[in-house]
Amino acid sequence: MSAGHSHHHPHGHPHPKQPDIEDQPFEYYQVMAEAVGELLIEKGVFSAAELRKTIESIDTRSPADGARVVARAWADPAFKARLLEDANAAAGELGIDAGAIPIRVVENTAGVHNVICCTLCSCYPRLLLGLPPDWYKARAFRSRVVREPRAVLAEFGTIIPDDVEVRVHDSTADLRYMVLPCRPEGTDALGEPELAALVTRDCMIGTAVPEA
Amino acid sequence: MSRVFEPGDRVRVRKAFPPGHVRTPFYVRGREGVVESVAGRFGDPEELAYGRDGLPKKTLYRVRFRQAELWPDYTGPAADSLVVDLYDHWLDGLEQQA
Amino acid sequence: MQRHHDMGGLEAGPVERAEHDHAPWEKRVDAILRLLTDKSRRVMTVDELRRNIEELGPGAYDEMSYYQRWMASIGNNLLEKGVIGVDELGRRMAEVEARWQAARGA
Repeated sequence: MSAGHSHHHPHGHPHPKQPDIEDQPFEYYQVMAEAVGELLIEKGVFSAAELRKTIESIDTRSPADGARVVARAWADPAFKARLLEDANAAAGELGIDAGAIPIRVVENTAGVHNVICCTLCSCYPRLLLGLPPDWYKARAFRSRVVREPRAVLAEFGTIIPDDVEVRVHDSTADLRYMVLPCRPEGTDALGEPELAALVTRDCMIGTAVPEA
Repeated sequence: MSRVFEPGDRVRVRKAFPPGHVRTPFYVRGREGVVESVAGRFGDPEELAYGRDGLPKKTLYRVRFRQAELWPDYTGPAADSLVVDLYDHWLDGLEQQA
Repeated sequence: MQRHHDMGGLEAGPVERAEHDHAPWEKRVDAILRLLTDKSRRVMTVDELRRNIEELGPGAYDEMSYYQRWMASIGNNLLEKGVIGVDELGRRMAEVEARWQAARGA
């Protein structure tokens, strides 16, 4: 969303003075967010504590959750079977609340490489991976990944051989998707925490593959 | 009326362009695919989007398309595919179209 | 008609992979939406969020950031439903801005 990020600082470098707060006019929608939150609290739609708790819970979710799920699936075939059947319940076994929206885990195999997207908005398995990266929500990825997935993956440095089917999942409706990547060769001796460390966010979107 | 499809059924997405909020991407409208699985029954987003209750629920299908069917200029391998989740009222069985 | 948000298959440039950390206000917007759509409240639906983002028009994706679009849509939904009034919201936004201005000067 580089072009779309019109709040007032360029991203990608630290800005100790927070120039957007100290030097610029207050951003309209930022002011609206403050005002709407205050009014909804005063009207009893939710409490200040509920708002604070929800913000905190957003902060606790990260790709580490998804990586734990993947590592368990690699280590335990019975868990993997349950994960592919009902990902929300399987995540619950690991103490991860995956929420009410059904998550469908799609498995990479020797013959199929999956990649997820949402061309209509930005549907994403937030409760397993945290908030989506900017590029996932931006025009270039959303427009191109359904039409030229191999070219898009190549921009991420991911080359899928021609004898492997690339399967794109466009999350248009009431499911969210997450990719279960292939376990890398040479990882037989690793325990689950070490396996989880190999699983990056992009591996679970499908724009990368894990490497040992 | 809700149509009932089984995995493996060939379907065609309706080539329709209603105004308002829909969840069927433009690029699959009028295209043929195969029902991969039945995802379940869900509130109708075309109703929910306008503050109504979304009932009756719609059946949601995961429909797989060959990339070469979607994009005539697709340059990747013939096996490459794409799966989209589509509600029943957007799908016609291919024999119904014949 | 291909609507502006329905962009699958359109021409576009390379994927810009730079990422930014979410600002506190962006998380606030995300949290407000989660609470409003929560099963126990159902003040609005995610479908309504999407519909009003789409209604922002063709410029929205190029002129507004992601959470600006969310906030604009949430605001419009709350106004439509009468949860918040136009005058009430306008006055509160002016108060917030004045308060922040005063804090900046302090």
